[in-house]
Amino acid sequence: MKMLDEETEKDKKPDYATATFKTTRLINGHSIENVAAGVLDFRISHRFGYVNGGAYELWGLDEASMRLGFDYGLTRWWMIGVGRSTYQKQYDGFTKIKLLRQSSGSRSMPITLSAVGTIMYKSLKFDDPTRENYYTSNLYYSGQLLIARKFSEGISLQLMPTIVHYNLVPTEEDPNDLLSVGVGGRVKLSKRVSLNLEYYYQLPDYKFSGTTNSLAIGFDIETGGHVFQLYCTNSTGMTERTYINETTGNFFKGDIRLGFTISRVFTIKKPKV
Amino acid sequence: MKRLITFILISTVSILGFSQSVFMTRNGQVSFFSKTQMENIEGTNNEVTSMIDTSKGDIVFAVLVKSFRFEKALMEEHFNENYLESTKFPKATFQGKFTNTQSINFTKDGTYTATVEGDLTMHGVKQRQTATGTITVKNGKISAVSTFTIKLADYKIERPSLVADKISETIEIRVNCQYEPKS
Repeated sequence: MKMLDEETEKDKKPDYATATFKTTRLINGHSIENVAAGVLDFRISHRFGYVNGGAYELWGLDEASMRLGFDYGLTRWWMIGVGRSTYQKQYDGFTKIKLLRQSSGSRSMPITLSAVGTIMYKSLKFDDPTRENYYTSNLYYSGQLLIARKFSEGISLQLMPTIVHYNLVPTEEDPNDLLSVGVGGRVKLSKRVSLNLEYYYQLPDYKFSGTTNSLAIGFDIETGGHVFQLYCTNSTGMTERTYINETTGNFFKGDIRLGFTISRVFTIKKPKV
Repeated sequence: MKRLITFILISTVSILGFSQSVFMTRNGQVSFFSKTQMENIEGTNNEVTSMIDTSKGDIVFAVLVKSFRFEKALMEEHFNENYLESTKFPKATFQGKFTNTQSINFTKDGTYTATVEGDLTMHGVKQRQTATGTITVKNGKISAVSTFTIKLADYKIERPSLVADKISETIEIRVNCQYEPKS
């Protein structure tokens, strides 16, 4: 046995951190997790109305907005996805690439680094059809770096510097490039349940006036092939520009929406064993 | 010069002497099957390290839990995260002895039935385990094939009620290793 230990010592491989988060989204935004190569992830997300709407609105449950999305893993480090939100009749498409993987052992890397690029298209009819409108006015782009570290089995943290570009902004004074930094993390409560938190801070000179920072808190619940995410947030939209830059609710004054996401994965292409 | 020759002689003898009794593999295969009406789960590990010391009748295995591959990526994640807890218990080992060494001739080509008894350690739990299999000796190489079953409960691997009908209580384990003389 001793001899075997010595032998296995020799061919030590880097030990990669796995399952930093349970799924590809922290809550509203992306996590550093990718869907595996050849796997299709079907995601249905719902947001209800503000809970402070009271009993008349059944605490927001009368109003619902949703996003349907398909994500697919092209390789171990590259995934793509498309989605459609009822909010502003929006289409979105993204690509996410894992650049660095956290590892210990023979190769040591303290963090996992991913980059996400998203294009969003608002297909809602123009407010003012009489003036000259360009379809490019409804295009939006966002770029994010995701920096995450799994500190222990139960605790992972993530930092998300973000830039969102608007081709058309509400007023002349508003900037076209909006900058923000997100922080988020999770604490595992049991093997199958984790508590997640996500907050985006908008840089004062690079935000629209009258907007608030997006805050979300929720649970990931895992059951076999599904992951349920159940959360509260002050954001309405489910794409980068809508939840980071167009949130108007004040979380602490009760402008909170209940929301949930169901993720179901299908193995399309079987890996070679 | 004289010293060099002596050195070469000694090292050759020691290598030869060694290689005759110790056999080793680094890419042995261990796979497991869980069969239920709802779902079959299969994991395969092709990076198993194992050694046989024919002079002592010892056989040992070391298996990295993270190296099991599955058809579904999520199965692999759950296997590591929720069931085997591979960060806490990265390795599974077996340390055993042939109990019928007298009926196996490791130096002569042929096929022999072998029984092995020893300690199987995984998920941090050590259990006495016996297995029967076949040893084939050919051209100075040894191949070993065995199939045996274990109970998940013996190794404190929990089966939550929610997925109890998808995961079998008893797991079939298959071992297939090709050993070469260790140099």
